[in-house]
Amino acid sequence: MIEVAVGFLVIAMIIFSVYAAETGDLMYAVVAVMAVSLIVSMLFYVLQAPDVAMAEAAIGAGLTTAVFVLAIKKTERYEHD
Amino acid sequence: MIKRLVSIIILAVVITSLFMVLSETAPFGDDETVVSHRYIYKGVDETGSANLVTAVVLNYRGFDTLGEVTVLFVAATGVGAALYTRKHPVRKNKVEASLIVKTGSKLLFPMMLLFGAYIFVHGHLTPGGGFQGGAVIATAFVFKYISDTRYSIDHVGFTKMESASGMIFAGLGIMGLLLGGYFLLNILPNGTPGELISAGILPIIYIAIGIKVGAELTGIIDRMMGVEA
Amino acid sequence: MMFYFASAALIAIGIYMLMVKKNLIKMILGLSVIDSGVNLLLISIGYINGKTAPIIQPGVSPSNVVDPLPQALVLTNIVIGVSVTALALSVVIRVYKHYKTLNSSEVRDLKW
Repeated sequence: MIEVAVGFLVIAMIIFSVYAAETGDLMYAVVAVMAVSLIVSMLFYVLQAPDVAMAEAAIGAGLTTAVFVLAIKKTERYEHD
Repeated sequence: MIKRLVSIIILAVVITSLFMVLSETAPFGDDETVVSHRYIYKGVDETGSANLVTAVVLNYRGFDTLGEVTVLFVAATGVGAALYTRKHPVRKNKVEASLIVKTGSKLLFPMMLLFGAYIFVHGHLTPGGGFQGGAVIATAFVFKYISDTRYSIDHVGFTKMESASGMIFAGLGIMGLLLGGYFLLNILPNGTPGELISAGILPIIYIAIGIKVGAELTGIIDRMMGVEA
Repeated sequence: MMFYFASAALIAIGIYMLMVKKNLIKMILGLSVIDSGVNLLLISIGYINGKTAPIIQPGVSPSNVVDPLPQALVLTNIVIGVSVTALALSVVIRVYKHYKTLNSSEVRDLKW
């Protein structure tokens, strides 16, 4: 049962990270990386590391996103090739 | 296009070899290392902390953690230096936050501060600790910044609090050096593992780290909010 | 095994973002993805089959917990990761102010 849930989480995580790599809108990419961080924090909990899961959820998914959004607001949102 | 293809091929080779080496040397779900054996079986008796991660972070590798807090401090200083402006930065948001955001943040802000403090006070008993609690406190201040367009933290007070907590950490280490012979020696009695007042100096250090991390992360956010494009 | 595969995939995608993308903020996002992958790799090396979280309580004996050492390492790594990301982004904001672009091949002093 838990293996199936972990499999779904890993597949969703890889889809999100590929989307973050390929999208041209930086704001979408930041939100996708936030989703990757959140899924990684769930995987930490499955791996019996509650301390690390808490740190990843508070810092990786919360503060990193805030810092990236502020930086995008100061620069530009779309990626030109 | 050719660059993209070449990089994908290189990455596939590197990652496959990494995967093969890992499954040879450290198969998933295998037993712990020799060092961790000592931490797991003697940890509670030697440090008095029920949470073994806290025991490793603050007692066995406390000097490492002091170095890590220093890295955080240097990075926060670097952000301040890179975004330095001659005149005092003014926040110029045109859009006011909506009523729901304002009321909600007013209601949630003290609770988030209390929750962060709870996390780092109970760092030696339950999952959590200074780093997580400090991050929760910084998130509370992000809320405050979002809801109020003219809000700014008290810079002098934050700097004083941050320096004081850093000095508590270093001072406890030096006190151990003077009284017992090595840095960060546990100079207080261990007590009963599992009670709030236990584990010697570890809760004091974690409270200091929590305040320091919270102040530094809030300072980083404040710097990035303030600069004009 | 699933966890090793997931962390290897995250590291690969992060390095791909660093190698192929030209946008500076995209490259820092790649660094952040690599960070998550390496943390996941370390934690899954420390996992032991059928054991519980490293908090000793009544009912949890020391012979029944996972390895606390990788968790302590990763805990410090996460906090360092966000501060280094913030430092890199503030340098990028400076670069944008000076050159008015985020493309690394148009920034004269970063060309390679």
